[in-house]
Amino acid sequence: MFEGKKNKPVSWQDEVYKAANKIRELVMEHTIKNKGGYISQACSSAEIFATLYLRIMNLEKLDKPLIPGRFQGTPGQGKDRISGSIYNGAKGPFYDRFILSPTHYSLVLYAALIAAGRMDPDGLLEFNKDGSVVEMIGAEHSPGMEVMTGSLGQGISQGAGIALARKLKGETGRVVLFMSDGECQSGQFWEAVQAASFHKLDNMLFYVDVNGYQCDGKMEDVMNIEPFDKRLESFGARVFRVDGHDVEALSALGNLKPDGRPTFILCDTDATRGIDILKKRGSKMHYVRFVSEDEREEYRLAFEKIKSSDAL
Amino acid sequence: MEILSKVHAKNLIRWAKNKPKVLVLSADLTSSVEIDLFRDTYPERFFSMGIAEQNMLSFAGGLAREGFIPFVHTFGVFIYRRAYDQIAMSVAYPNLPVKMFGFLPGVMTPGGATHQAIEDISVMRSLPNMTILECGDVTDVESVLDVAHSIDGPVYIRILRGEIPRLFESNEPMVFNKARTLCEGNDIVVLSSGICTEEALRAVQALKAKGISIKHMHISTLKPFNDPPVIEAIEKSKYGVITIENHSVVGGLGTIIAEEIAKAGIGKKLVKVGLRDTFVHGASKQYLMKEYGIDAMALIYEVEKLLGAKFDIKEEELSKAFVAAVHSDAKAEAL
Repeated sequence: MFEGKKNKPVSWQDEVYKAANKIRELVMEHTIKNKGGYISQACSSAEIFATLYLRIMNLEKLDKPLIPGRFQGTPGQGKDRISGSIYNGAKGPFYDRFILSPTHYSLVLYAALIAAGRMDPDGLLEFNKDGSVVEMIGAEHSPGMEVMTGSLGQGISQGAGIALARKLKGETGRVVLFMSDGECQSGQFWEAVQAASFHKLDNMLFYVDVNGYQCDGKMEDVMNIEPFDKRLESFGARVFRVDGHDVEALSALGNLKPDGRPTFILCDTDATRGIDILKKRGSKMHYVRFVSEDEREEYRLAFEKIKSSDAL
Repeated sequence: MEILSKVHAKNLIRWAKNKPKVLVLSADLTSSVEIDLFRDTYPERFFSMGIAEQNMLSFAGGLAREGFIPFVHTFGVFIYRRAYDQIAMSVAYPNLPVKMFGFLPGVMTPGGATHQAIEDISVMRSLPNMTILECGDVTDVESVLDVAHSIDGPVYIRILRGEIPRLFESNEPMVFNKARTLCEGNDIVVLSSGICTEEALRAVQALKAKGISIKHMHISTLKPFNDPPVIEAIEKSKYGVITIENHSVVGGLGTIIAEEIAKAGIGKKLVKVGLRDTFVHGASKQYLMKEYGIDAMALIYEVEKLLGAKFDIKEEELSKAFVAAVHSDAKAEAL
């Protein structure tokens, strides 16, 4: 593929990094505008999301980006199910299915959908607005979402149920989960890993953002789960550990031959990646809320700088 | 009275034979909840989930999303107490057809407070999209699968196991949202559910002999509750209504009827017979029903109070209640 500017061939790696930067920018811009947001999650996971959407997942291509509609009500008898999965394309036996497990990453997912050309950029204007489906903690009607995962630990079990069902139906598509390390502290997570291993759900592929932070601070201070890879292996999973910002490494593990085990790609990441100003926050990474207009202005200037360097 | 053994075990394999979408999930109590026969008959549709109920309920939600109908089996307490959030968000919110079979309702086990589901109706009733059914005899157990299957959404079923009596004609199956009228009368309405219906039958028989006119109805659909004949009967009653249930008086049948009476604006007295907002302990069903006042004699006492009369009915005069042996071939353990 060739692009204007310097007339240099653009590699897929460049494309993915560009999408990752776009995700960070959208989230940062949004956070500055709304006086708060989940920026560190975008920093740590931008490359993972970009690689998932552009390189790893086999999803139906969309003719054009979708525009989010209004909230139509919760599921119930006699009501049509509204699923955010339409942003990931139609369901089909060969297509992969995406499950966002830590729903606190919804903002990052919406940005990723925009970067991947699946959601109209204006969709983000609806974020956390009354009556909108572009919810702060997405539900299954929110763009890119398919199941209810806001209560941490439930995404993996529901994904495992879907994976078993797909095996029973002879479908070859995978169930791809994005997870974050903090939620892996829950008992249900480990129950689900043991069940997925026991029932040989090798059609499950996990990308875990191991950024080392949770709401209360650093995971190693709050509740350590390391050695995460060894623990997962002992539960019967196939585990790889990579630099979560290296799109080649992330992509290379996206199409492994199934071997009877669920596959975990543990992505070691930096929660301040690309937005250095975040380092000032110390361990308070979970949610960024500006303490003053000065701080907000500081972020705005940093954003301008990031944006202009990106355009070079 | 006909007493049958392992009714659900036998019925399930017959019923599920031509229903390939029905999968059975177990949490390590396979023989205790009568699904060992299903496991042996349809091993490809049986999935062991281990002692991990939270994962089991969310997992069932995932299966249901893909068109399967998971039949989750374990003791009732382990469903709603251990996995409430999972039921709420992975099953009830998306309105998925997961059918939950809760065994050992209320005082049905000497396993003590950890094993006794005494507030399950109350808890599950407040969940949007949830349907709640309760079995009182063999016929109910045999026909509850059809009722549960016909509902497009999650269903929690208080079910019975081991040796159980047949109180209702086998050709008169459970009907969704329709009480069974077991006795006609207009002094008092007695509404009973689950195992308390057998006790109410004994009490009503004795009271009838004393000339009391009682309308006795057996309730098997607890949620949604939409049964106009029940409300009409209460409205027509001279003295009011008494509910009797194997559950806490907070949130169960008695509460449901209280809400319905208030909604309909009926000025009738309501007496709730059930566990009086208390945990119970490990002992036999017969002992617990007597000790906590949810048996035939307790009901007679409440009728006397409501009518302001004494009938001098002795327990020995009542027809015999069925008493299942604590140790029998019909149960895997004496729980």
